Amino acid sequence: MRTAISRLSLVEPRSLRHALRLMRDEAGLVPLAGCTDLYVALNDGALRATRFLNLWPIEELRVIEPRGPVLFIGALATYSSLIRSADVRRRLPMLVSAAREVGGRQVQNRGTLGGNIANGSPAGDTLPVLAAAEATVVLGSATGTRRVPFTAFYKGYRTTVMRADELILGIEVPEVEGRQWFCKVGTRGAQAISKVVMAAVRAPHPRVALGSVAPTVVRVPKTEAALTGGASVDEARTILMSEIAPIDDIRSTAAYRRHVAGVLLGRFWEQTAAGRPVY
Amino acid sequence: MRFTLNGRTVDVRAHPMKRLLDVLREDCHLTGTKEGCGEGECGACTVLVDGEAVNACLVPFAQVRGARVTTIEGLRGRRRLQEAFVEHGGAQCGICTPGMIVAAAALGRRPNLDDIKTGLAGNLCRCTGYSGIYRAIEAAAVPLRPARRRGARGKRR
Repeated sequence: MRTAISRLSLVEPRSLRHALRLMRDEAGLVPLAGCTDLYVALNDGALRATRFLNLWPIEELRVIEPRGPVLFIGALATYSSLIRSADVRRRLPMLVSAAREVGGRQVQNRGTLGGNIANGSPAGDTLPVLAAAEATVVLGSATGTRRVPFTAFYKGYRTTVMRADELILGIEVPEVEGRQWFCKVGTRGAQAISKVVMAAVRAPHPRVALGSVAPTVVRVPKTEAALTGGASVDEARTILMSEIAPIDDIRSTAAYRRHVAGVLLGRFWEQTAAGRPVY
Repeated sequence: MRFTLNGRTVDVRAHPMKRLLDVLREDCHLTGTKEGCGEGECGACTVLVDGEAVNACLVPFAQVRGARVTTIEGLRGRRRLQEAFVEHGGAQCGICTPGMIVAAAALGRRPNLDDIKTGLAGNLCRCTGYSGIYRAIEAAAVPLRPARRRGARGKRR
């Protein structure tokens, strides 16, 4: 029987090296990780590709381990494995909080950090965490490896600096000093895509990153500079609300998102104040 | 392609990009797994892959090569859980029920209410209001055995 999937084909690499060669040799080959967005995109016509590369069996991309001064998280690390990882819990608790907010348990068991990055949705739950943590994306190709600061990874709405022959191998997270904070605001407590999502670090130079308020995840340098310079949180909130560029869409309105972003900044500042229990 | 289905090794020929849900229902004739939303929101199609709950509507068949797949039909030893759904009004129209029970089975033998609510956050029910479902899973939790006396160690069961 001919069905909608008949025109699709799946390539099975024997190894990571083989996968990278396949990416070099075939234009238009789309890598697959946990596939939690795949059929949704195929069904609504957003994804026209017909040839796919199955990365799921490549075990070396699942590694989560300290490597010298950084924590390496492989692209195929699932949200569940991030939640379970003692290293992630200790060094990047805001990533654990973000992973717990992604879909339900079924999606957490399958969806991957690399997939969230590659998908590049401005609402991606883990992306503000990576921006606030000043993570580095490790990209691999048949000719070698290169590193791109996460904050320079997106060029615009769902577009990245990746070349067509590259795969995301993982991310490297430096030690994060200061108190980490994360909050996602959606339509309901679970199974929601964010209206606004924020990750932040309370340090001498505070870092604040937001999703769903611009075409890509953003850091807000003017707001951070105000907080660093000792401005009140009310002043910083005013700056933040003019610094972001939210839009009206199916999930929320620009006005609501701007308001909520301001509320979240206030909560971040209050909940990470000295003397408060460590988050 | 070979995988383990409800404890038996099977060899099924199907398109590698066919959804696991469709392979189970159409090729393996196991229709206990339901389709609700088809996009990972509702959990009606929940099955276990290597013991972990997944949405069968989101998994390409190729990704269960060599894996252990367990559907509602293969949940052995969880009769108590299934009966508790009946006793406590955990099922009404029934479309979410197989997914609920499989997701609950993935929580282990003694989940507390927090574990249950978190573990079932990806399973939607439009009838029960969830209370009956939570009560059923709590009631089915294996009670803690009284602390064993010293020296009884190793005498399991």
